[in-house]
Amino acid sequence: MTANGWFQILFFLALIFLVTKPMGVFMTRVFNRERTFMDPVLRPIEKLLYRVTLVEENHEMRWTEYAISMLLFSLVSMVVLYLIERLQGFLPFNPQKLGAVAPAHLAFNTAASFTTNTNWQNYAGETTMSYFTQMAGLAYHNFTSAAVGIALAIALIRGIARRQMQTIGNFWVDMVRSTLWVLLPFCVVGALLLVATGVVQNLRPYDKVSLVEPMQVQKVGPDDKAVIGPDGKPVMDTVTEQTIAQGPVASQEIIKEWGTNGGGFFNANSAHPFENPTPLSNLIELFSIFAVSAGLTYTLGRMTGSQAHGWAVWSAMAILFLAGVNAVYWAESRGNPLLAGIDQQVSTLQSGGNMEGKETRFGIANTALWATVTTDASCGAINGWHDSFTPLGGMVPLVNIMLSEVVFGGVGAGLYGILIYVVLAVFIAGLMVGRTPEYLGKKIEAYDVKMAMLVALVFPLVILTLAAISSVEAFGTSSILNPGPHGLTEIIYAFTSQAGNNGSAFGGLTGNTPWYNISGGVTMLIGRFLMIIPMLAIAGNLAQKKYVPPSLGTFPVTTPLFTALLIGVILIVGALTFFPALSLGPILEHLLMGIGKTF
Amino acid sequence: MAKRNKAIWEWKIIWRAVLDAILKLNPRKMMGNPVMFVVEIGSVITTVLLFKSSSAFKFNLQITLWLWFTVLFANFAEAMAEGRGKAQADTLRKARSETIANRLIGSNGKLEKIPSSKLRAGDLVFVSATEFIPSDGEIIEGVASVDESAITGESAPVIREAGGDRSAVTGGTRVLSDKIKVKITSNPGETFLDRMIALVEGAERQKTPNEIALNILLAGLTIIFLLAVVTLQPFAIYSGSPQTVFVLVSLLVCLIPTTIGGLLSAIGIAGMDRLVQHNVLAMSGRAVEAAGDVNTLLLDKTGTITLGNRQAARFVPAPGVTERELADAAQLSSLADETPEGRSIVVLAKEKYGLRGRELASHEAHFVPFTAQTRMSGVDLNGFEVRKGAANAVQAYLLQNHREVPVGVKTTVEEIARSGGTPLVVAEKTRGALGVIELKDVVKGGMKERFDQLRAMGIKTVMITGDNPLTAAAIAREAGVDDFLAQATPKEKMDLIKKEQADGKLVAMTGDGTNDAPALAQADVGVAMNTGTQAAKEAGNMVDLDSNPTKLIEVVEIGKQLLMTRGSLTTFSIANDVAKYFAIIPAMFAGTFPVLNALNIMRLQTPQSAVLSAVIFNAVIIIALIPLALRGVKYRAMGAAALLRRNLWIYGVGGIIIPFLGIKLIDMLITRVGLA
Repeated sequence: MTANGWFQILFFLALIFLVTKPMGVFMTRVFNRERTFMDPVLRPIEKLLYRVTLVEENHEMRWTEYAISMLLFSLVSMVVLYLIERLQGFLPFNPQKLGAVAPAHLAFNTAASFTTNTNWQNYAGETTMSYFTQMAGLAYHNFTSAAVGIALAIALIRGIARRQMQTIGNFWVDMVRSTLWVLLPFCVVGALLLVATGVVQNLRPYDKVSLVEPMQVQKVGPDDKAVIGPDGKPVMDTVTEQTIAQGPVASQEIIKEWGTNGGGFFNANSAHPFENPTPLSNLIELFSIFAVSAGLTYTLGRMTGSQAHGWAVWSAMAILFLAGVNAVYWAESRGNPLLAGIDQQVSTLQSGGNMEGKETRFGIANTALWATVTTDASCGAINGWHDSFTPLGGMVPLVNIMLSEVVFGGVGAGLYGILIYVVLAVFIAGLMVGRTPEYLGKKIEAYDVKMAMLVALVFPLVILTLAAISSVEAFGTSSILNPGPHGLTEIIYAFTSQAGNNGSAFGGLTGNTPWYNISGGVTMLIGRFLMIIPMLAIAGNLAQKKYVPPSLGTFPVTTPLFTALLIGVILIVGALTFFPALSLGPILEHLLMGIGKTF
Repeated sequence: MAKRNKAIWEWKIIWRAVLDAILKLNPRKMMGNPVMFVVEIGSVITTVLLFKSSSAFKFNLQITLWLWFTVLFANFAEAMAEGRGKAQADTLRKARSETIANRLIGSNGKLEKIPSSKLRAGDLVFVSATEFIPSDGEIIEGVASVDESAITGESAPVIREAGGDRSAVTGGTRVLSDKIKVKITSNPGETFLDRMIALVEGAERQKTPNEIALNILLAGLTIIFLLAVVTLQPFAIYSGSPQTVFVLVSLLVCLIPTTIGGLLSAIGIAGMDRLVQHNVLAMSGRAVEAAGDVNTLLLDKTGTITLGNRQAARFVPAPGVTERELADAAQLSSLADETPEGRSIVVLAKEKYGLRGRELASHEAHFVPFTAQTRMSGVDLNGFEVRKGAANAVQAYLLQNHREVPVGVKTTVEEIARSGGTPLVVAEKTRGALGVIELKDVVKGGMKERFDQLRAMGIKTVMITGDNPLTAAAIAREAGVDDFLAQATPKEKMDLIKKEQADGKLVAMTGDGTNDAPALAQADVGVAMNTGTQAAKEAGNMVDLDSNPTKLIEVVEIGKQLLMTRGSLTTFSIANDVAKYFAIIPAMFAGTFPVLNALNIMRLQTPQSAVLSAVIFNAVIIIALIPLALRGVKYRAMGAAALLRRNLWIYGVGGIIIPFLGIKLIDMLITRVGLA
């Protein structure tokens, strides 16, 4: 670890701290439908949209109507994406003449992936998706799935803030305002900044360039395996030219981060120089991942009238974030113990540590930072290869997702995720002050606990069950690249990432199989919607409740003690659920590495 | 039920509890407790497999036994909590034994003897001295002294009389003197005694709202751990290290929150029992929970904040009169005054001036008692006429005798009235006004400190009084209550409750009269005095058998203690899991992957001893915590933030550390003994 590395990490956190309040105040005004400086431009567009779509903007919804609207919207969007994928051969903006996304289960997996803000990719963008599919299909979902997340978080905040009311807002209005105010303007500015750093933005066919030096590569057959000649040796091909993929990348790149989507335009995601060419573009993208989520903690404080609570939640997130970065950075810069005798020290000539799977232009600090940020949030974009991290370094992103991505988290999803933990923390520890549990003046009762437990059950249910099946059945284990505990980690990571709607791939697992496409697609849908419905039920239930004014006897939710308690509950609930699985995966791998066994 | 501060461990109760613990193994009863039900299923599975397993029989047998012990210990905890109630119920049942009642037939005064169990509401009965009152009712004729010790534990008899707020009588109590005519108000099986028996026995016990919520949380956690353990087997198979069912069930039982699951109902029952020990009967567990949540306490001034009566505090002589002269006259006028105020004047005169009571019978003394017309009392002695009374009454009396009350006395009277006291003017017929006695409400000792504690807990106290605002303000200031309601009428009291509740606050109050009934019903916690009317007792959700209104504060504390105990043990139970993982996980896989012994940070001897130690700890901790569950965690009056910090350290951090020590200790013990 270097001072320079830590400076960059802390500088990043400082930026997030600084954006929290302005972003939070802005979003509060947007969702309270108060005036903002963008109104002169956006308000007419908004009104026009409502007129066209027949939305009554003053109509307030109960949580059930809100949930049904959200589900219908997501269903229709998902079907449309599936159709675009399957029909892209007949659609415009397809200079590479790419055919339908096939097989059908891959198209299903991808449709589920983008609808749920996961952006798990069992395909390579540049060889699968036409420009039209990228822009009208995937980028559309990057906006709307993010807007859904923000809308839901706002609905939950309203539920906490409102007193004896039946309704929690209007889904369509929240969606429109999320998109027009919170997503679009920032993406326009951000995309231009990214272009300035060198991210490409065009609709050209791919470039072909001649290689300076022709290369020999193994010939690969249609079954993705090396072709073996009659002499028993692999058949070699000579490659003389390279295809340089192009596309409208910058516009997609910014929403990929700003909306914590994470689906790369290219297969290499943000490790690709056209997606993320410089340390500056790296910083812009990292900043974009956390900006909205950090702001939402301030919005929580402002809308519920307890700004200190907003900051207490923010602090819990910031501490967990620093712990995560520290762990990855430490694990990766420590180097590989098996390479003893080789100079792995950081110096002016080399970055030191474990550079496998990392881009030299980012180095260890920025790769560790990215891996933490992308899994703290449900972003899932990557700028390095988690599969190539040291076992402990690779475990951190996995654990981050297992903790439900509540460290700032996905836009909206992070906030409503951590609020479920808050409900549980307040319920478990709240009794210890000698009152029935209450949260910001609302009593936490059987119904709320039931719903919070339903949310808490989703993760172990899908992740553990499906990973367990995959680890003993041939259709699961055959996709593993590495044997032993590393292979188990690959499986567990895949389901965790999809259940958490993260979308980052650990790598090493061949995901494009019927089993992984279908089970993964289902995992993503469950991980998103089975969590949202009980969460909205809590919002609706809390909104109806009477407000109990705070007194000296009230459970404090604004103090450092509360922050510590919240962190404790997050860690203990997460650890208790996943410790057995982790102990046979990355922990075992780490210990085996100590005695010289690698996988 | 005199003093109920019984020791927690009492052999008779323990034996009964051991028996009950076994009876409670009935799966249909266990189903109400999802956590322990899972343990029971696990125990059944291991028992069945025990005889099929060929290897490691000794280990498997021990695991199986300890799993059964876990269930039994939890049942035992519940049975212990119920045991104390059952013992009390037995005592009460004796009081309920069949008696013969003299029922009045028709209007001609004819009586018939019928068993008390045949009495219906509306029947009229006569009860004479030494007879038991056959059922609950209301005296409609007569007055009697009644021994209510069977219910209240208080041996001194109480007076019950027709009309007013002291007319209610309870079945099972005994008339000591006189004869009363009682109108029966309850049907058989619905009497106060019946309800009381059901309550202390826990027969009608229903889970309280918070208990239900907590049960859902525990059930949810159980499902999560079930998933974690069930899916561990495929991962283990993948890793080439499949596990036996015994080890998997052990892991599951250790992880699911058995500590709180096993003690939860005991905590609830013990909370109700603690109230009973304070001679308070809660009609529902919900009321006890609400008591913990109370934000506002409405306290009647008289009897709660102040001693029942006003007392003489000071003599202020008129100009030209010495204090001693005034004291002397005041004492003289009060010697025959048997009212508490009168007696307090005699006491003050004695304390301050050493004036002893004089034997007046030898003199030609004529006592003038207080009447509503004169509003004065006094004595005529050898031509003297000493009077004391309200200022305007004495003034009228002196005017008749052509004397004026001096200005100095008038200002003293005003001053005393303004400061919240009651002025009594003392006058002699010929000498005129001698001065003023100040009567004051005396605030009970220690009340100010208790109100300070309540304030620290975030509870507001409101004093309710019929006094004028001036007097009320003065007493409120002296007692240290947060607010007061002066010249309170039942309607104003009701409005105050509703206003507080509209702000989202929970209100507790005490009351006894029939006109308190609506407010008692409206309040979230309404404690009716046992001496009160039937209507008041029915309206409230608690009855204080001692009829001591100060007890409201204890009721609140018991409610808080109940909730704290629940929360603390839940936190403890969950925190325990960390150590259990570190015991069992390395034990499971160290055979295949010796490197995993790095996780065996307790350095437990063998994989078998590690698993066994964790299971034994898990079972034994239930027994170890029974006293805490029954007594409740120590309660301290402090703000929520301080309480939380304290309890998080003890039960959260302590809950993480203690099992590390406990499991290590058990491991050392069982390897030494050779059990593993």
